[in-house]
Amino acid sequence: MNSHPLNEWITPEIQDRNERILKRPPVLDIQKLHKSFEHKGKPVEVLREIDFTAYKREFICVVGPSGCGKSTLARLVAGLETIDDGQILMDGEAVKAPGPDRGMVFQSYSLFPWMTVKDNVMFGLVESGMSKLTAESEALQWIDLVGLEKFADSYPHQLSGGMKQRVAIIRALANQPKVLLMDEPFAALDPKNRLKMQQYLLEIWQNIDITIFFITHDLDEAIYLADRILVLDAHPGRVKEVVNVPLPRPREEETFLSPAFMATKVYLESLVHHEDEEVEDMEDKLKMVRMVSVNSDVPDIF
Amino acid sequence: MSINFSTWFTPRTPLDKPSKRLLTFGSFAIPLLLWCLFSYAPFLWHPQVEITQSGGVSYFREGTLVDKEVFQKVVDKKVAENPGIDVSELPQGIPSNPVYLPAPHEVATAFYTAFTTPPKRSNEPWLHESLWHSIQVIAWGFFWAMLFGVPLGVLAGTYASASHIIEPFTEFFRYLPAPAFGALAVAILGIYDAPKIAIIFIGTFFQMVLIVAATTRKLNIALVEASLTLGCKGLRMIRRVILPGILPDLYRDMRILLGWAWTYLIVAELIGTSSGITWFITQQARYKNFDNVFAAILIIGIIGLVTDIILARLGKRLFPWHNSK
Repeated sequence: MNSHPLNEWITPEIQDRNERILKRPPVLDIQKLHKSFEHKGKPVEVLREIDFTAYKREFICVVGPSGCGKSTLARLVAGLETIDDGQILMDGEAVKAPGPDRGMVFQSYSLFPWMTVKDNVMFGLVESGMSKLTAESEALQWIDLVGLEKFADSYPHQLSGGMKQRVAIIRALANQPKVLLMDEPFAALDPKNRLKMQQYLLEIWQNIDITIFFITHDLDEAIYLADRILVLDAHPGRVKEVVNVPLPRPREEETFLSPAFMATKVYLESLVHHEDEEVEDMEDKLKMVRMVSVNSDVPDIF
Repeated sequence: MSINFSTWFTPRTPLDKPSKRLLTFGSFAIPLLLWCLFSYAPFLWHPQVEITQSGGVSYFREGTLVDKEVFQKVVDKKVAENPGIDVSELPQGIPSNPVYLPAPHEVATAFYTAFTTPPKRSNEPWLHESLWHSIQVIAWGFFWAMLFGVPLGVLAGTYASASHIIEPFTEFFRYLPAPAFGALAVAILGIYDAPKIAIIFIGTFFQMVLIVAATTRKLNIALVEASLTLGCKGLRMIRRVILPGILPDLYRDMRILLGWAWTYLIVAELIGTSSGITWFITQQARYKNFDNVFAAILIIGIIGLVTDIILARLGKRLFPWHNSK
């Protein structure tokens, strides 16, 4: 363990915080999870023997190459897919179906287009049996929290991408779930808005009692947000490593430039991008040699 | 804004306003122009001759239509029999179209007089009464089809199990031509409106189930999954998520199917005692009042087009969130 390349960046404070996290009660316990899909009549193994525990109020990011089943993992936790083998425990209880204790935010904006922002946020509250009046006042508080009070009566199509995702997040949080599952929620946003949304999310997470399970393919995003990063391997998806992020909190924009951040990124890249992706690279190489320049005014751009 | 012709020939490019107006106008004007040409330009087609002077031929009466060749033969024969005959004593006539192609102005007149002329017999309905009868038959047939078709379609689109129990039989049944059930419908339901409504029902119901199921399946799965994670399921989900989610498309489907209902109307109304607009058309055809026949067909077209435009406008107001898709 001493030889771990990131150890030099783990300060005593971070070490202390990490140890305290592991002493909290576990919220989400994934045990020996297997999942296969049928593809063209043949079963394809997507996840193999996933073991992972997330503790109370922890921020977990899941990264891995495409095809590692990270989305499937989130959907299994949400109860949107059936478990082949193993189990997922939420506060000690096995997950069998979707439920309001696990909120989910999807990459595609899944707001109900025929409902106003307010009605969208009220949706889960009304489903849980709350009266319309209480639900409304509660929804308005949430909307206020993310600064969308002016848009409470707008329809989703009138909002920007970032605003839509803010609504999707508070719609999930309004139900007071124990875990918030997020499946590449900011992938469709431009870089500037993405950073803003990441900061929003961290702020929300610091202020309410929630464990976040965040799927992403963006390593910067994972390092910036997470306490621990679950790195998956592809074909089939397996746990490659669980990385403790050696960055203090609260994290600022400057965090992206710190040496510890860089070192973590280099290390994660070495975990995620390995041999088999280079093979694909070779096939992707343009065959420029075959091109013959004809009458170009600028013979060489260098 | 002026007309930009280059957009007319660029694939999938929206047109400017004047172009749209011009082309929409042309879409009606061109067929009308062709009709006018064939009716008013005597050198185009006009295969018959309308007699204006019998010239002593017993079976030529003023206003009678005869084929051009027959007319020419008679004239030639006359000339051969009396070589010195004066031209004014020969049969004469003007080029004319057959009775089944009335000119636009004749149809336009008929369009007006059809509503103002009392029926030939006192127990026969006026045109507007026939029309109203047809509209009622369509409305009932379509109402029953919707009452059963939409719920079944939504169920089939929501649950794979419902889809497998409902759709195979529906798929089979929709190939059976609705008019083939005419005799059966009369035997079971009598000769009045019930069998007609049944034919419209059979003609639209089975298509409706399949189309509604397909529309339901097109609903973004993320909306269904989001509602599941928010604690919504079963019939509540159908009511709160699926129905409102597909409503704009469902509305559009109904508009299209209503058009189909009109095409089944003509067959349906011939079953049992002929009634409605079809009765009017067949009756007028029997009297060779083809101008009235054309007027009646035009009325059906106009009613269909106008209801569709009204429903489309209404849809835009009902589903404001749907426009910016």
